[in-house]
Amino acid sequence: MSESLPGTNYINAVSGIKSWLTTLDHKRIGIMYLLFIAISFGLGGFFALALRLELLNPGQLIVSAKQYNQLFTLHGAVMVFLFIVPSIPASLGNFLLPIQLGAKDVAFPRLNLASLYLYVFGAAFCVYSMVSGAADTGWTFYTPYSSTTDTSVISMTLGAFILGFSSIFTGINFIVTVHKMRAPGMSWFKLPLFTWSLYATAIIQVLATPVLGITLLLLIVERLVGIGIFDPALGGDPVLFQHFFWFYSHPAVYIMILPAMGVMSELVTTFSKKNIFGYKMVAFSSIAIAIISFLVWGHHLYVSGQSDYADMIFSFLTYLVAIPSAVKVFNWIATLYNGEIELKAPFLYFIAFLFLFTIGGFTGIMLASLSLDVHLHDTYFVVAHFHYVMMGGTVMAFLGGIHYWWPKMFGKMYSEKAAIVAWFFIMAGFNMVFFTQFILGTKGMPRRYYSYLDQFQPLHAFSTVGTWVLTVGFLIMAFYLVESLLNGEPAGDNPWGSLGLEWTTQSPPITENFADTPHIIHGPYDYDKVKLS
Amino acid sequence: MKITEPHKEHIVAHHFANSKHEFDSARLGMWIFLVTEVLFFGALFVAYAFLRWSYPEIFVEAHHILSWKMGALNTAILIFSSFTMVMAIRSAQLNQRLKTSLYLITTMICAFGFLVVKFFEYSAKIHHGYLPAKYFVAHGASEYLHLFFGLYFTMTGLHGIHVLVGIGLIIWLLLRNRKGHFYSNYYTPLEMVGLYWHFVDLVWIFLFPLFYLVG
Amino acid sequence: MQNKTITESLIASNGWMPKAASTFAPNIDGLFNFILYGSILLFVGILIVTALFIIKYRKRPGYSPPSGPHITHNTFLELAWTVPPLILTIFIFYWGFTGFLDMAVAPKNSLDISVTGKKWMWQFEYKNGTKTLGEIVVPVNTPVSLIMSSEDVIHSFYVPNFRIKRDVIPNRYTKQWFEATRTGTFQIFCTEYCGDGHSQMLGVIRVVSADDYEKWLANAGSADDGLPPEKLGEKLYTSKGCVACHSVDGTNKIGPTWKGLFGKTRAYAGGSTVADENYIKESIENPTAKVVTGYQPVMPSFKGLLNDKEIAGVIAYIKTLK
Repeated sequence: MSESLPGTNYINAVSGIKSWLTTLDHKRIGIMYLLFIAISFGLGGFFALALRLELLNPGQLIVSAKQYNQLFTLHGAVMVFLFIVPSIPASLGNFLLPIQLGAKDVAFPRLNLASLYLYVFGAAFCVYSMVSGAADTGWTFYTPYSSTTDTSVISMTLGAFILGFSSIFTGINFIVTVHKMRAPGMSWFKLPLFTWSLYATAIIQVLATPVLGITLLLLIVERLVGIGIFDPALGGDPVLFQHFFWFYSHPAVYIMILPAMGVMSELVTTFSKKNIFGYKMVAFSSIAIAIISFLVWGHHLYVSGQSDYADMIFSFLTYLVAIPSAVKVFNWIATLYNGEIELKAPFLYFIAFLFLFTIGGFTGIMLASLSLDVHLHDTYFVVAHFHYVMMGGTVMAFLGGIHYWWPKMFGKMYSEKAAIVAWFFIMAGFNMVFFTQFILGTKGMPRRYYSYLDQFQPLHAFSTVGTWVLTVGFLIMAFYLVESLLNGEPAGDNPWGSLGLEWTTQSPPITENFADTPHIIHGPYDYDKVKLS
Repeated sequence: MKITEPHKEHIVAHHFANSKHEFDSARLGMWIFLVTEVLFFGALFVAYAFLRWSYPEIFVEAHHILSWKMGALNTAILIFSSFTMVMAIRSAQLNQRLKTSLYLITTMICAFGFLVVKFFEYSAKIHHGYLPAKYFVAHGASEYLHLFFGLYFTMTGLHGIHVLVGIGLIIWLLLRNRKGHFYSNYYTPLEMVGLYWHFVDLVWIFLFPLFYLVG
Repeated sequence: MQNKTITESLIASNGWMPKAASTFAPNIDGLFNFILYGSILLFVGILIVTALFIIKYRKRPGYSPPSGPHITHNTFLELAWTVPPLILTIFIFYWGFTGFLDMAVAPKNSLDISVTGKKWMWQFEYKNGTKTLGEIVVPVNTPVSLIMSSEDVIHSFYVPNFRIKRDVIPNRYTKQWFEATRTGTFQIFCTEYCGDGHSQMLGVIRVVSADDYEKWLANAGSADDGLPPEKLGEKLYTSKGCVACHSVDGTNKIGPTWKGLFGKTRAYAGGSTVADENYIKESIENPTAKVVTGYQPVMPSFKGLLNDKEIAGVIAYIKTLK
């Protein structure tokens, strides 16, 4: 292992701000996404801290009712559209997809850069909305509230609309890349599972996002000229908006979770040095989830007055989509059997995901049940559930992925000890914040409440204190990651001893990824067949 | 137009193996993009179905207001323009640069013609006050007729924007053809814009009967 | 902005759910507990297996993993963890679905009450024309059917103790029925986000015996006869929902405070006036006519909801708030 970083890599190949802003290199684009996504996470986290602080006591503490409504809207919109939808695919996916395929770049590098610029452009509209009378509609923009409120809804929806196109173009790029850019010998069943999950994600991005686009466009037109299709006063139907919205936004949940599941498969194999248990099951379950996810949107509308038959079908399909997710969890655990497990930081996040996502899944079983959902719908139980899935699932896997591929991206190591400390803070804080909210929800505490009954205060206060613990964890992480960039130890090309194709090239990789086009002879997890030199 | 100069040799991007690889990738990408476009308009067709199911009477009423003759004229114009687009690609494949440009110009004229007809239709509707809800001032119309026109303007307007984008793309193709970028071994942009143009045509072929003919 | 609760505590109960008070609740709570304890069992199982694997197969000096090809699939095992969960979830689906159907169809003999949601209050109307705000009184052990609609945006009618919730949608009727199983006072929440006053859009259901219900219905509206005007006003302040937006202690809520309001000069867009009896009456019946600067024109009209005597009571009450 060399003592210094390899001479030429994608970071130092060319220098200057302009070389980054005009780059067509998927790795640089991925790194820039990572930066913007981290900033968005910080912003969304700030809104979360502020709104939890307000909820410390039942009455007014720091903001008015309207400002509180704007806070939770911005928290939701930023976290969904700017952070979690692009999180893993746009940053880690962009960086790794071509390398995992043995390609030099994605199929359309210029389109890739355009996606990044669209992302920034869309984000600019969202920020403009924040400073010009922030929207107070909730991130779901339900009509007729969203078509009548006097806050700046149009710039926020326009922002989300543009971000949607960024997401679509990334999806198109990934699908074509997987189809057309695989290295010689890279058959479909030698694809790394992270790539499989990105492929399944891209399919949803391409099929679902346009519907969100048109829905938001209709909302904008509704506000501008009042076409009336969602406006009950003009003969339209506000519930139609909810159908349109969730037709995108439920599959979008899987846009968020599928790449996380891909990361999980990579983590479990590398850190147990085992071939994945049930490769095809794991790969096909991604595709199955992607397809069924289009047929379950109605489970957000159990109490909206859609027909009972529709409710029945949506509930049934929701249970079907739960099965492939559970299968994946069982497969990962089975993979550990007879392995050689290293409890490194990335693997800790594997454990975090397993723990939290499973709780998210079980509470999902409760919410999918028609009669039980009537009680739990739109309470804190739902808030806790989707945070366990989204933050406990996607964010934990994202953090695991960042720690796992950090030496790949930057060629340096971070402090393992600091990483473990941060992990404990994040786990403790997260469960304090959100497990409490399961209790609040079953007791009947409705969500999006600025003030609440006095009897709920102890639980709310405990949840708020949890956000501070969580924040400490993230601050420690920010600190040691920046420290690693500045003074980190060189990591070497393959610090984890992984068999993944991305680890066979130098870290950080050269601009062309591989000096010579690789020829794939073994699968990505064949630890029993291939001995590393 | 300097058509006597030889064409410029196309350089395959560094991450593709050869020009066929590049062309196939671009075409797959374009098809996937068109799938997203189908879903984009698809949601609007769902909205259409919803309105038609809720208020069938307004579609009968609107049927008498829209001019099917103008719609039919526009349908003919677009179908013809799809044909000239195909011919432009064919000419490029045969290295006939002048013909490529002529066919592209014909396509563009058709696109403008379409918009001119649309302009006359729109101004007639606007003149009689058949506007989306907030501005709907037509007299003697039934209560919910404004919903029809809200959707009519949204859908045909969005289609019109696609036509405008198409015109922009054709101008871009003309400029590149003038520089001699397209020849028998490289006509990818022509093919892609062609696919896009056929899609725009196809959307209209659905819009025309749904708005103008169904009563 | 304290929410003095007159309703039964939601958190004081033996289990997770608030104390049950409707015929639906036992079935739903049973389903909840079934999933809960089943999940805990499975979850603990998953954790134990994972922990065991991690301990047994962790990398350590002197340990080397078994050699030979890895087990990459096992059809029996994979079927074992796919099919039973599928059957279990279908069973849960069926349980939830049948429970839901019970909630969907009201018995024929049910007592109809119409519910109107508007920013930010619940208004109820009985068949005999009796109207109430923020409070309904219903007889115990009797099916009650709510026919609900909204005047502005979407609201949602939620009673945790009854395990019922239904969206209240403009331009459309939605229905929800229930049968209370014990007397008491229960909390109503709005659970569909509806703007600044969303968390103040509360109400109560008072479940009383059949006799008390008949008495209440016969006297509804006339029970306040004996009260002096300012006491009547104080009572209306909470019962008619004024409390949602107006404070009486000077804090700023959605609307201006009532404290020291009487006799003050009020500036509104296009003029100013002194808050006298006429101004207050106008502001109750036609609230958007003179909206005080700095506030939104969001108050609904109470014309027809308060009679002259009640308005006089409110004015008298405001006068006492110095």
